[in-house]
Amino acid sequence: MQSQLIERAKALLADGTVDRVLGWKAGEFAYDMTPALFSSAQELDEGFAYDAFCGANLSKYLVKESRKGGRVLAFLKPCDTYSMNQLLKEHRILRENVYLIGVPCQGKTDVETLRALGITSITAARQEGEDLVVETLYGQRRIPLAEAMAERCKACKGKKHMIYDERIGEEGELENPDRFGQVAALEAMSSEERFAFWRGELSRCIRCNACRNVCPACTCEQCVFDNPASGVDNKAAATSFEENMFHIIRAFHVAGRCTDCGECSRVCPQRIPLHLLNRKFIKDINTFYGEYQAGEEAEGRTPLTAYTEGDVEPSVVYTKGGND
Amino acid sequence: MKKLPLSQMPALYAAMAQGGALYLPVDNAAGDAQFTRWQEGMELSRALNTVRSAKDFFFPQTENLVSFRMQGKTIEIIDPRTEGEDFVLFGVRACDARSFTILDKVFLADPVDSYYKSRREHGTVVTLACTRPEETCFCQSFGIDPADPEGDAACWLTEDALYITARTAKGEALLARLDGLLEDADPAPVEAQKAQTAAILAKLPLAQFTTRSFGGDVLMKAFDSPKWASLSEACLGCGTCTFVCPTCQCYDIRDFDTGHGIQRYRCWDSCMYSDFTKMAHGNPRTSQLERFRQRFMHKLVYFPANNDGEYGCVGCGRCLAKCPISMNIVKVAKALEGDVHE
Repeated sequence: MQSQLIERAKALLADGTVDRVLGWKAGEFAYDMTPALFSSAQELDEGFAYDAFCGANLSKYLVKESRKGGRVLAFLKPCDTYSMNQLLKEHRILRENVYLIGVPCQGKTDVETLRALGITSITAARQEGEDLVVETLYGQRRIPLAEAMAERCKACKGKKHMIYDERIGEEGELENPDRFGQVAALEAMSSEERFAFWRGELSRCIRCNACRNVCPACTCEQCVFDNPASGVDNKAAATSFEENMFHIIRAFHVAGRCTDCGECSRVCPQRIPLHLLNRKFIKDINTFYGEYQAGEEAEGRTPLTAYTEGDVEPSVVYTKGGND
Repeated sequence: MKKLPLSQMPALYAAMAQGGALYLPVDNAAGDAQFTRWQEGMELSRALNTVRSAKDFFFPQTENLVSFRMQGKTIEIIDPRTEGEDFVLFGVRACDARSFTILDKVFLADPVDSYYKSRREHGTVVTLACTRPEETCFCQSFGIDPADPEGDAACWLTEDALYITARTAKGEALLARLDGLLEDADPAPVEAQKAQTAAILAKLPLAQFTTRSFGGDVLMKAFDSPKWASLSEACLGCGTCTFVCPTCQCYDIRDFDTGHGIQRYRCWDSCMYSDFTKMAHGNPRTSQLERFRQRFMHKLVYFPANNDGEYGCVGCGRCLAKCPISMNIVKVAKALEGDVHE
């Protein structure tokens, strides 16, 4: 697959369709790919990678890349295409300056997921059939790829690309995974238990802002929390509760726009399950406004930005939320 | 060299916690090691290292420095400090132990930071030798021996015992307090463990990594390298690398208006952030390239230039493991090596 992507990128560079290529670059180890731009066949040969560790969603980079002049080729996995559509809907990416190739994805793993499975000290990794074979400093480990997948990939929305100029591989199918099991479990808790759960999880936050900065729905040119003139800048929070609220406020801000790409939880150095906050909003929107998937389309109104006569009243939201 | 059987560890923790606090790496809800205040029943994490470094205990993420209360036309200045409590930091790895030496050069140099100094004086650092280094480890590039760590006292865990030796007067004092629990030990098992770890260290993928080409002499060559553009292009501008780093020591001091006075606080800052060193005239580094470059120039060039060749890195590998886009000091140093050699 990797060589197929490289060959196609070279051809599009050569015929002038694009000026540069946004992809993933191999690193020091088997798993540490960095999103990178390539502008020649030589650069592609030297570093372009595409495998089970290329989890980073490249769509947000196109906000800037599409404004740098020329045309950029971006490789998008099926879930990345939802983010792409959502960014187009919000007029954040100049569509004419990007060329999109949909690439197949069988699910991604990452070093944190492997670490959680007790696999550390990784020196090499390769796919063998359905298995991931990992060489470590302390011996070989073999694990079915399905088990090694990141949590977000275990709840994959499907292998179908929502937007592309061309696609490599067959068209995939939509899937309907149970994405809300954990949310339902949280809803079933008493409010005290739920409060304790989130206080505990969020207590680990070091406020590195990685979740916000990676989030394709967070594209404000300057976040209010970074702006000393905003009056609410938040380099340090006054209390741990205020710190926790950052995540809740952020979840509100991206509600209805979050595609559930899972990047927030992937990048969190403290492994806080931030995606559960977003999934709660997605579940609520589905309940109150009908099934909706952000990023399915690049145009049109969304439940929270459109008014219809059938919209639920606040009182209905209140009772539908189980508060009757 | 002293030792105690592993079955006596709870008693050791209790003794260390007496008269103050004991902090040690314990697995948190996510299954990661985190320095935690010891309570009865807590066990030492088996993880190689904590996600957050041990610097937090001497240089906390936030602290109140002083507050001002307005009463009519008078301003009352209030020092919020109370007498700190003595504490023991147990299970610190060799990399983090060295980071304290680096932080000392910043905070204990004239003018001495009295907040930091007080915490250093109250803390006793007990290190624990590594036996299973990971692929991201490169402390040996900075002359650190993870099998024979620095600290006020150093420990080695074998299958059946904990070996401990004092290295400073503070360490001697701690061992004197623990005396009833410890017995004299033959250091042979410790020497055997050191040899075993050394063999693993030689095989680490970054065993040959070095930053020796860097330092004050290559300031402009490094600064002017065209490679910064590609190295920094995917940087998210988050603070993960700086906040998990045991040696990053930049901070911001701000005033919070409480409505009836001012609370002046200090908090960690990150050179990756858009308002880093923002002043009245604006920001001296307006692009992510410049901010990214600042972090690595500080560690590889400015810091050694001002501190007798000591680099601002201890090779703990946290940034390698945690950067969301997997960009880090190893990749940067390797990429720039050609440019600074020319």
